[in-house]
Amino acid sequence: MPENHYANRPPRTPPPLNEANADLDIDREVRLHLYRRLQELRQVGDRLHRLFLENLVRGTSHLSLGMEAVSAGFGAAMRDDDYSLASYRGHAHTLSRGASMEGVIAELLGRDNGLMRGKGGSMHLVDVNNGMLGSYGIVGSHLPIANGAAWSAQLRGSDQVTVCFFGDGGTNIGAFHEALNLAAVWKLPVVFVCENNLYMEYTPIDLVTAVEHPAASRAPSYGLEEIVIDGNDVDEVYTCAQRVIERARAGEGPSLVEAITYRLGGHSRADTAKYRPEAEVEAWQGHDAIELYHRRLLSLGVDEAELTAVATDIAAQVDAATDAAKAGPRPPLEEVYTQVFADGGSSWRN
Amino acid sequence: MAELTYRSAVAHGIAQEMRRDPSLVMLGQDVGPAGGVFKTTLGLWDEFGRDRVRDTPISEQAILGAAMGAAMTGVPVVAEIMFSDFLPVCFDMLSNEIAKTRYMSNGQLAVPLVVRCANGSGVRFGAQHSQSLENWCMMVPGLKVVAPSTPIDMVGLMAAAIRDPDPVVLFEHKSLMATKGDVPDGEVLDTLGTARTVRPGTDVTIAALALMVPRALEAAEILAQEGISAEVIDVRSLVPLDMASILESVRRTSRLVTVEENPRLCGWGAEVASIVAHEGFWDLDGPVLRITTPHVPLPAADVLEDEAVPSVDRIVDTIRTSWG
Repeated sequence: MPENHYANRPPRTPPPLNEANADLDIDREVRLHLYRRLQELRQVGDRLHRLFLENLVRGTSHLSLGMEAVSAGFGAAMRDDDYSLASYRGHAHTLSRGASMEGVIAELLGRDNGLMRGKGGSMHLVDVNNGMLGSYGIVGSHLPIANGAAWSAQLRGSDQVTVCFFGDGGTNIGAFHEALNLAAVWKLPVVFVCENNLYMEYTPIDLVTAVEHPAASRAPSYGLEEIVIDGNDVDEVYTCAQRVIERARAGEGPSLVEAITYRLGGHSRADTAKYRPEAEVEAWQGHDAIELYHRRLLSLGVDEAELTAVATDIAAQVDAATDAAKAGPRPPLEEVYTQVFADGGSSWRN
Repeated sequence: MAELTYRSAVAHGIAQEMRRDPSLVMLGQDVGPAGGVFKTTLGLWDEFGRDRVRDTPISEQAILGAAMGAAMTGVPVVAEIMFSDFLPVCFDMLSNEIAKTRYMSNGQLAVPLVVRCANGSGVRFGAQHSQSLENWCMMVPGLKVVAPSTPIDMVGLMAAAIRDPDPVVLFEHKSLMATKGDVPDGEVLDTLGTARTVRPGTDVTIAALALMVPRALEAAEILAQEGISAEVIDVRSLVPLDMASILESVRRTSRLVTVEENPRLCGWGAEVASIVAHEGFWDLDGPVLRITTPHVPLPAADVLEDEAVPSVDRIVDTIRTSWG
């Protein structure tokens, strides 16, 4: 391996755990909900990974393994009628709004019981009934769309808030800058959440970005506060989410949050992630969102047995959802021709 | 009944719909107090106010993104992209997001919006402000495409586009802005996907769109004096495409000529010609002729632009020569 290979760079280690976050004013019930959600996102992610290895998931897929605390924390802070938009790495964001595990798994398996009956696939999960307005495959494209959902809420006076998740790679796209400017000018009730996992696909984000924090350092350019949080500490994410969502709901305008996190796996199914220093991967494994939270809850007096019961319960749910997804039929071939237009079909001529 | 210019018919149609549906909003660059660079939105800001008529920065992706997000959460939108030439700047939003979201979400999301833009040649603006891009949009599954040629069609098709539950791209031709026509009082509502026979004839069918319609009509008048009876069809809508009207006309005339302002390759007439060659083959007495702008970027100088874009003379000559 050449000297200048990315894997030989000095490791970028996680931020030190902020032990004081244990003292944040979060109800025990909320914390247990957060733990349950983290378990769900991790176990579904692990299951999807296994289904790839069994070659049951065709096409590509982008997992959020290691990054679950961001969507879990924000999901818990959102109101049921708030809107979410995510990038193509959107499984966790969809589940964290309450989408069914079976619907998500079946969509990746290309089954008729998938959330979109197999027409969207891994990169395009949508669950409108749960406020999930979509996962978007073109990097950065959904930030301007999130503005539109927020504008609509503003016009309708509904006080709904839109939360838009994207990766560090999205911050060097023109749409990111167009969206932030318009959101600030129109004072839209939108929260932009950058999940900075340090790598833009296979390239370290710091090598291709002019500023230290790809999202937060740009915030002052749009008159916004520079917010950087530990994206692996779900208490810190949840508390920040509550603050910026409340701010948006109160009509005080948009926020841009940069949550520092790390992928435990590769960018996508095909990626073995050999471009990362081993010491870096190990350091982040020691800063794992679920393990951190497990330890914190124990330190706060929650019984190990209670946490084990949550994990076991989720495991049973994931098994059941997998079985149900696998049992679903393939979509009928007529589905190719439906829902191009609002009449339900694809006819473009008479 | 009032005589309106094509230009004022744009605002007339939008205003009719904004009065009918209080949730309808519009946005774009300079659409507010300025009334648009082509003055097509004049008066809307005064009547409907800043909340419903929004000026935006020059941010085409932000404009169409905002339109899409609002449309899919219950607020219908008319978005202006000033020149169709700027659609490529936001073609991701149009072709990947707006067009495909209904399909990818299996109908969970709908995107009822209209994207309007000034299109076409005649103002000598050169290759980046004079293009005819209707065929680009026609090629994207999920988009509807209309291009009115008269004030009354502008009002009626604008209303139809706004009420349509699918995304519609509406092309306003720059060289037709000053043309005039009668528009009835009261609500005017047309139907997407319907062509119109604007001159009956028996010898040849000329299918034309937007600025090419008045040129085809003028050509038909000249040909009539030479004993050739041309039927002129204003195609009006590329998606949905009213092939039934064209095929019915060809059954009677046995000849078809398309007049297209788009560059040659993959112009809308190529699709029409291929359908007629398949489904109307036994009705034809001669080859289908396509009159188009050649496959070049549009030049700026008046004589060069006039040479490139189909003219009345070129239409007449092409048809006359084919009569042999």
